Amino acid sequence: MDLTPLWEWFRWLYGATGVKLTIFYDAFDRQRFFDGFLTSVRLQAACLVSSVVVGVVGAWLQGSRLKPVRLAVQGYIQFFRNTPPLVQLYFFYFALGYYLSYMTDEGLRVALVSNFAWAVICLSLYAGAFNVEIFRAGIEAVPKETIEAAEALGYSRLRAYVYILLPLAFRISLPALNNNLVNLVKTTTISYAIAVPEMLYVANQIWSDEVNVPEMMNVLLVIYVSLVGVVVWIMHKWERALRVPGYVS
Amino acid sequence: MRAGPYGTTDLPVLLPFRPGARGAAEPAPGLGAAWGVALALVFALSAGIAEAQSDAGRPSTVATILKWTPLLAQGFALNILISFLAMAIGTAAGTVLGLCQISLLPPVRTGSWFMTQFFRNSPWLVLLFYCMLLLPFEVNVGGHIVPLPDWFKATVGLALPVMANVSELVRGAIRSIPFGQWEAADALAFSRRQILWMIILPQCVKRMTPPWMNLYAILTVATPLCSIVGVNEAMTLTGDALAAEARNELLVPMYAYLLLWFFLYCYPISRATVALEKRFAVK
Repeated sequence: MDLTPLWEWFRWLYGATGVKLTIFYDAFDRQRFFDGFLTSVRLQAACLVSSVVVGVVGAWLQGSRLKPVRLAVQGYIQFFRNTPPLVQLYFFYFALGYYLSYMTDEGLRVALVSNFAWAVICLSLYAGAFNVEIFRAGIEAVPKETIEAAEALGYSRLRAYVYILLPLAFRISLPALNNNLVNLVKTTTISYAIAVPEMLYVANQIWSDEVNVPEMMNVLLVIYVSLVGVVVWIMHKWERALRVPGYVS
Repeated sequence: MRAGPYGTTDLPVLLPFRPGARGAAEPAPGLGAAWGVALALVFALSAGIAEAQSDAGRPSTVATILKWTPLLAQGFALNILISFLAMAIGTAAGTVLGLCQISLLPPVRTGSWFMTQFFRNSPWLVLLFYCMLLLPFEVNVGGHIVPLPDWFKATVGLALPVMANVSELVRGAIRSIPFGQWEAADALAFSRRQILWMIILPQCVKRMTPPWMNLYAILTVATPLCSIVGVNEAMTLTGDALAAEARNELLVPMYAYLLLWFFLYCYPISRATVALEKRFAVK
């Protein structure tokens, strides 16, 4: 489909009203803004999936018989919940990233972990800490008798967790989980601080080049609100599809 | 089989869901403090490693960090000030917006609902940028030119999402009051305004306090975002101090030190929230 007339309309809009939306009629800006948008979506998807994995594993470890394991998980949760995510990100990227890099023969410092990867790691651990708590509450809502029944049928602790406890607990914790995941999607913007080329970062470059701050700010706000809106909507659908019939928390 | 409270069986199908509430699987409350100590130990350890890595003849890591502590404390005070102000503005505006959400006039209701959802769903950092770049640097109040400093604009930027969250809190709390309260007050000939102010809202305050404190903790850990838009708070000053020292072995201990400051401030708040929640919980 040829979109040139649409782009030209935005050029006309600039001429007629002064609303300077270069991301539509300037091919270079359009391309980089679109790349930024894709990076944002990729970052959000990666963080969503890995934070849920962190939550599931953490909740399983929290029910461990070994006290040191339980204490470690508890410490992890308290640390990540009570410190600013931005400082965590700086800590990971600048402080730990410095040790995870090496010097080439030409004297260039090469990082082993990219800034995108650091953003995913840090944000997943941050949101994962909340997810562990949410899953734990969900697991506690499953009666002990259910586990005992599973054990009587010869399930090991891991298998009972995967096949019986988790499917039930997951359904119960879904509303709280959704809240947290929506928060995570919003928090991904802080990866701007370590120069991950996501939408906010690219928008900043564009408004520095083109001096169209108000236009870009509004575009950003609208796109982010709709992105989050889409996530909220999907989660809501999912929540209703997975609802335990007759269960009111 | 004997009939239990769950119908025909003694076995509950599912127990109540209580995120944040302390259950049997969690360690005793006292252990929390031990984790603050553990964090302090990590900091001490990293400082020790940095000490071993630094060249002889330079001031020690601990001495360097202590040297910068007054500056960091200044920055941290600004963080706290921003969090207080943003919370105050956000709570005041959010309460009004929340009351608008239960207004009897459909346009007011829809408008305030839309505003709440909009600010709740937009990322904090984007709102911060928005306020930073689009608010004027001075305003004309009745002939007086009042300058708007950077940190104040950032405070407004943080107050917006707080407002939306408080609005939802107020709406949720009002809805959670049993309808009988409204009917009883109606029967006693209270007007709508009187019912809200004298009967419903006082009951809401108690229900809203724990989530409101939670929101404050979230806001406090969001204040370092201001460093991205150029406010001289603790995060910015830490970066400046590190740039001034230009010693790579200081990176870990300095950032760990800053994390420790925030932890020490936020952890008691989160403990108090849990304690309040437990006390207010309906048995």
